[in-house]
Amino acid sequence: MEIALVFGIPLLGGLVLALVGHKRWAPEVNALMSFATFCAAALLTAKVVADGPMTALDEQFFVDPFNVFLVALTAFVGFTTALFSRPYMRIEEHHGRVNAARLRLYHSMYQLFSFTMVLCLLSNNVGILWVALEGATLSTVLLVSLYRTPASLEAAWKYFILCSVGIAQALFGVILLYFAAEKVLGPGGTSLLWTHLYDVRHQLEPTVLSLAFVFLLVGYGTKVGLVPLHNWLPDAHAEGPTPISAVLSGLLLNVALYAVVRSKVLVDGALGTGFSGNLMMGFGLLSVVVAAFFLSRQKDIKRMFAYSSIEHMGIMTFAFGMGGQVAAFAGLLHMTVHSLTKSAIFFAVGHAAQKVGTQVMDDIRGLVEISPRVGWGLALGTFAILGMPPFGVFASEFMILTTAMHEHSWATPFLLAALGVAFAAIFRKVQPMVFGETTAARLPHPPALAPVFVHLALVLMLGLYIPPYLAGWYRQAAALIG
Amino acid sequence: MTTSLSQQLVNLLAAALLLIAFAMLSQRRVLSLIRLFAWQGMALGASTAIVAYSTAQHHLYYSAALTVALKVVLLPWILHRLIDKLYVRWDVETLINIPTTMLVGIGLAIFAFALATPISEMASTVTHSTLGIALASVLLSFLMMIVRRKAVPQVIGFLSMENGLFFAATSATYGMPLVVELGVALDVLVGTFIFGIFFFHIREQFDSLEIRHMEKLKED
Repeated sequence: MEIALVFGIPLLGGLVLALVGHKRWAPEVNALMSFATFCAAALLTAKVVADGPMTALDEQFFVDPFNVFLVALTAFVGFTTALFSRPYMRIEEHHGRVNAARLRLYHSMYQLFSFTMVLCLLSNNVGILWVALEGATLSTVLLVSLYRTPASLEAAWKYFILCSVGIAQALFGVILLYFAAEKVLGPGGTSLLWTHLYDVRHQLEPTVLSLAFVFLLVGYGTKVGLVPLHNWLPDAHAEGPTPISAVLSGLLLNVALYAVVRSKVLVDGALGTGFSGNLMMGFGLLSVVVAAFFLSRQKDIKRMFAYSSIEHMGIMTFAFGMGGQVAAFAGLLHMTVHSLTKSAIFFAVGHAAQKVGTQVMDDIRGLVEISPRVGWGLALGTFAILGMPPFGVFASEFMILTTAMHEHSWATPFLLAALGVAFAAIFRKVQPMVFGETTAARLPHPPALAPVFVHLALVLMLGLYIPPYLAGWYRQAAALIG
Repeated sequence: MTTSLSQQLVNLLAAALLLIAFAMLSQRRVLSLIRLFAWQGMALGASTAIVAYSTAQHHLYYSAALTVALKVVLLPWILHRLIDKLYVRWDVETLINIPTTMLVGIGLAIFAFALATPISEMASTVTHSTLGIALASVLLSFLMMIVRRKAVPQVIGFLSMENGLFFAATSATYGMPLVVELGVALDVLVGTFIFGIFFFHIREQFDSLEIRHMEKLKED
C-alpha cells in the first residue's frame, strides 16, 4: 500500500501538472505533490523499520534496508528541490527565459522524473529498473534544453545520445543476466527479480555474469558519470535549469550507482572473486583523479560543481568497489551527505547566478555583500563538499580513506592527491565569489534559502552525530551489499 | 516445420539482419536508411515468430507482433513524417571513408563473435548460434552512430541498436519477460517522439540538422 503511494503520487502529479502546470499556482502544486511523496516515503520507511523487508504487488516491488534509505533520501531531496524551484522558476519566468508552456512541461516532467526515480529504487524487476532509468533520461532531456539556447540544445542532445547508447549496453547486460538466471530459476517473470536472483546468486554461471557485469557497469556507469563515460554530465548540469542540476546530481547519479551496486552483489556471489570490485575501484579512482584535475579549468560555476559530482561519484564507486562492511557503510553515508550537500550548493548557486545574471565565475563577486544568506550558504556548502570537519562529508571520506589505507594502500596517494587538488581548485574559485566587491540588483521574488540551510544542517548533524536508528539502518544495508 | 528447418530459417534471417546492419553503415540516403530499418524490423519479427512456432513459446508471438507493429509500421511511419516535415527526405550525406568504416565494422563483427562464442555454447535454445550476430549488429549500429554527422541517421542507428538487442534477447533466452519487453518498447517509442521534437528545436536554432553545429561545449 505504502509502496503504491510512493510511486503513485508523483505519477498522478505528473498527469495533473501536464494539465495545469502553466497556472500561477502550479509551483505550489508541484511542491505539494513532492511533499506528499515524501510523506508516503516516510510512512514506508517507518513500516520497514518496524516490520523488516517486504515485497508487494505480486513480488514486483520490494523494500529492503538498502533501497528504503535511498527512497527516503530521494523523496526528501525531491521535496526540497521543489520548494527551491518555486521562487527560482518564477524568477526565470520574470527574466523571460521560460514561458507558461515550458513551465507546464517543466512541472509535469519534474514529477515524472521523481516517479521514475522511485520506480527504479522500488522495482524488484531488473528489467523494469532498466526501463525506469531510461525513462529518467527521457523525462529530463527536454528539461535540460528548456531554455532552447544553442548551448542547452547541444547539452541535451549529448545527454540523450550518450545516456541512451550507454544504457543500451546495460540492456545487453540485463539480457545476459536473464540468460544466466533462466538456467537456475527457469523461464518466466520471476527469474529477473532481485529477491530471487539474490537467493541463487552462488549458482549463476560465472562466465556469463562477468561479461554481464562489464556491460552493466559501462551502461549504468554512463549515468553515474564515471570517467571516461562522463562527457554528458557537465554540459547537462551547466545548461539546464538549476533545480534540474540539483536533482540530476542529488538523485539520478545515486540511483544509477544503486543499480551498479545491486548488480555487483549478484556478480560477487557468482564469481567469488574480486573481479567486479576491482573494476569499480579502477573506474572510481580514475573518475576521482580526472575530475579533480578538470575542476581548476572551469569557468562556469555549475560546470565546476558538476565535475565535483563526478569526483564524489568516483569516491563512492571506489568505496563500494572495495567492499566490506565499513567501506559499504561509508559509501552509503557518502551517498547521503553528497546528495544533500550538492543539492544545497546548487540551490545557492542558482540564486547567486540569478542575482548576478551570469554563471561565469569571474563575474560573480561579493555574494556575502549582496545577499548574506546566499553567500554564506554557498560558502558553507563548499566547505562541506570539500570534506571539512565537522560536516558529514568529512566523516564518510575519512572512513573511506582509512579503509583504503588498510586494504588497498596503493590507492591512497591517488585519492589524497585528488582531494587536495580539488580542495585547492574549488576553494580558490569560491572564495572571491563569496567575499569581495559587487554590483548587483535585487531579485523580483525572495529566494528560497531554507532548503539550503536545512540540507547543510543535516550534513553537519551527520558529521557530528549519526542517530542510532540511522546507523543501524546503514549497517543493515552495508551487510547486504558489503 | 522441423526444428532443423526452422533453425536454418532463423540463421538465414540472422544473416539478413547482419547484412542490413552493414548496409545501413554505408547507406547515404536518409530515405533508404528508413527502408533498411523497416526491413531489419521485419527480419527480426519474422525470426521471432519462427522461434515462437518451432518452440511453442506463446509469449514470443506477442513479442513478434509488437516488433512488427512498432518497428515495421509505427517507427518508420513516424520517421517518414519527420523527414517530410523537416524537408530532409532527399538528403544525401557525404560519408568519408566508407571502405575504412566497413573494415572497422568487419573487425567489430569478429570481436562480437569471439565474445559471444563461450556464451552461445552454454545456451540451450535452438537459436544459440545467432547470439554473435546479435552482438555484432549492436556494435555495428554503435559504429554507425559514431560516424554519422547528421541527427536523423544517428537516431536510426540508435533504433537499429535496439533491434540488435531484441534479437540478442530472443537468441539467448527466447525473449525477456513480456512486461520488460513492453517497457522497453514504450521507452523506444517515447524516445523517438522526443527525438522528433528535438529535431525541430535543433533546426529552429541552427537551421540545419548537422551535428557539427553542436560541438561547441568542450573543455578549453
